[in-house]
Amino acid sequence: MSLTKIKFDKKIVLSFWIILIALIIAAPTLLPVFRLNLLGRYLSLSIVALGVDLIWGYTGLLSLGQGIFFALGGYCAAMYLQITSSSEFPNNIPEFFALYGVEKLPFFWEPFRSPVFTFFAIWIIPALVAGLIGFLVFRNRIKGVYFSILTQASLLVFFNFFNGQQKLINGTNGLKTDVTQLLGQMVGSEYMQRIFFWITAVLVIAAWFFAKWVVKGRFGNILIGIRDDEPRVRFTGYNPVIFKTIIFSIAGGLAGISGALYTVQSGIVSPQFMTVPFSIEMVIWVAVGGRGTLLGAILGAVFINYAKSLVSEALPASWMFIQGGLFILVVTALPEGVLGWIQGDGLRNLLQRFGLKRKIETYPSLEVNNKEGNNE
Amino acid sequence: MELLLDSLFNGVAIGSVLLVAALGLAIVFGLMGVINLAHGELMMLGAYTTYVTQLIFKLPILKPFYNSYIIVSIFLAFIVSGVVGILLEKTIIRKLYGSPLETLLATWGVSLILQQFVRSVPLAYGTGLIISLLIGLFLPTTFPSKIKESINFKYFKFSSWIFAALTGVLTGSVISSSVSKLSRASARNVDVTAPSWMRGQVEIIGTAFPKTRLMIIVITLISVIAITLFLNQSAWGMRIRAVTQNRQMSDCLGISTEKVDIITFGIGSGLAGVAGVAVSLLGSVGPNVGGNYIVGCFMVVVLGGVGNLLGTVLASFGIGIMTDLIGAGRLLSIWPDMPLPLSNTINFFATTSMARVMIFALIVIFLQFKPTGLFPQKGRMVEN
Repeated sequence: MSLTKIKFDKKIVLSFWIILIALIIAAPTLLPVFRLNLLGRYLSLSIVALGVDLIWGYTGLLSLGQGIFFALGGYCAAMYLQITSSSEFPNNIPEFFALYGVEKLPFFWEPFRSPVFTFFAIWIIPALVAGLIGFLVFRNRIKGVYFSILTQASLLVFFNFFNGQQKLINGTNGLKTDVTQLLGQMVGSEYMQRIFFWITAVLVIAAWFFAKWVVKGRFGNILIGIRDDEPRVRFTGYNPVIFKTIIFSIAGGLAGISGALYTVQSGIVSPQFMTVPFSIEMVIWVAVGGRGTLLGAILGAVFINYAKSLVSEALPASWMFIQGGLFILVVTALPEGVLGWIQGDGLRNLLQRFGLKRKIETYPSLEVNNKEGNNE
Repeated sequence: MELLLDSLFNGVAIGSVLLVAALGLAIVFGLMGVINLAHGELMMLGAYTTYVTQLIFKLPILKPFYNSYIIVSIFLAFIVSGVVGILLEKTIIRKLYGSPLETLLATWGVSLILQQFVRSVPLAYGTGLIISLLIGLFLPTTFPSKIKESINFKYFKFSSWIFAALTGVLTGSVISSSVSKLSRASARNVDVTAPSWMRGQVEIIGTAFPKTRLMIIVITLISVIAITLFLNQSAWGMRIRAVTQNRQMSDCLGISTEKVDIITFGIGSGLAGVAGVAVSLLGSVGPNVGGNYIVGCFMVVVLGGVGNLLGTVLASFGIGIMTDLIGAGRLLSIWPDMPLPLSNTINFFATTSMARVMIFALIVIFLQFKPTGLFPQKGRMVEN
């Protein structure tokens, strides 16, 4: 991926930010409630896409199990909300427990009575789980496709576990959040949804800056090194296992935050977040947007989901065809994604093909520039 | 003793479904390094082929042979899935050799399209499409070499595709007018009913075994033997093994690697179709039927060691027997007075879904000790 970074003027950058912030503040008044809610959800999905981009686009680890961490974050948030608003139910525990004859809150849910604990749990628990899974897998130098298959298998493990445990987490029904209370307000209310939208927008920007900081400098260089030639990184004296584990747990933490935000805006968390198709979809958002470009991941997540909701409203049957086609198209024709294609010489090449722009004579094949995976 | 036999049989029955499903995957993944996530959907096509064959055999002309439809459908399913696989190889996978992660994503896209295709296209016209693909792909190869070598070959090819398209449309409309069940698209699950000679049970040493399960074991056995013979005894099998070991060298020695790729992928996909017939005997057939098996199949291949048929066989029977032992809580009946905490744990995992949790966890633990599976490939590479 030879990216010729386009340098922008400072004034343009500043005005871009001002417009963006103005749009975020104004969005709740401009959009109808339904669309605002959708936009908020898709923005929260873009955080998990950032995580996928970090591990796949930068480090070359294709994880098909990000749904685990996404759902874990969602469950943490939803359980806190359920517990805090359960004062009128028998035994002061969430309503669903009564259905299965559980009278005492299971011990591992006890800490979730505290908002501070929950605040940290939402991203630390997924990050720890990701770190553990990652360490066990990377330690054995399992990589490439085997890594993908194993993450998919662990996704199924978690799905089956969460799906089957009615007494602990309400099983396949999931946990509802929209009728729970937070700070004296109903979570599903319009007012709270607006606040959640703003929180999401701010967190997306924060996550973007965080991801930029992660891939900058030596740490980022080692990640790219692992992606392009892992044995060479190892021979140079670095231990790839540590770096891979760290980046995988960072991605897990991002997925957890994303899952929590998505849960409070969609009103429910259920094992459906851990199905195989959903986790693969996350990869396609990044692939279409442009892997190895952070902005591409965000834009990909938002636009593809928006397109999905528009197409599904108009022609419900055709979305699967379009999505399937997207997978094939992106892999065969646009391996760098839309943003990568634009940042590369895609646009100019297209114009040249139609004779609109003069061709610049270069060496027939400078291998350094043509080889895929050559980033800098 | 009886308990042991029962458990063993159930395990083998579960394992043989896994094995026949994973066999095609093992060949494609092991020999070509291609991750085919559409494998489950190729199985689904095989299962639907069984359904279509069953309905066609109910027509007055074929009614006398109705009992043998399941045998016919095994061959048809092999051909249908094989043709779709060959088309897949020729259009998409060929461009992606050497980058397994990309094939993974592209074949996932294919699987989505196939699922939706089954939902929104009437099966009769689907059959017509398959027939025209079959004719279009294979008619040109049967031309005499005089035509093949002439400059006008592309026109012959083109006209054979037109002929294929016409035949396809014709068969499609004939089927749709004669079998009303196939003329409308439907997302609903369909059921394959086994012919009368396959219903009921057989008694062996005092235990009753359902005949369909036995049939699946027989199908699996034949597939494994056939594929082993093919790979080890036939000329093309030798070429496939040669290309697997050293692609460039085989190419230099005059083996058409392109043809080898097509044949390998076609056979792998065809085996998925055969697995589809087996699956259709177990339960109802729907667009999502393949998705239930795909991850299990991959676990079999990873556990067995890539590119090793013996490993695949052992891994699938191992997983099958373990699933039965854990899922049915049989350990408890083998050892009734075990300590309470242990028996509680076993009861906790004694459901189908929790057994899966346990099995996958065990596989991950196993891979901690043997990261490359039961039978790793030998070699001294930095990679792998």
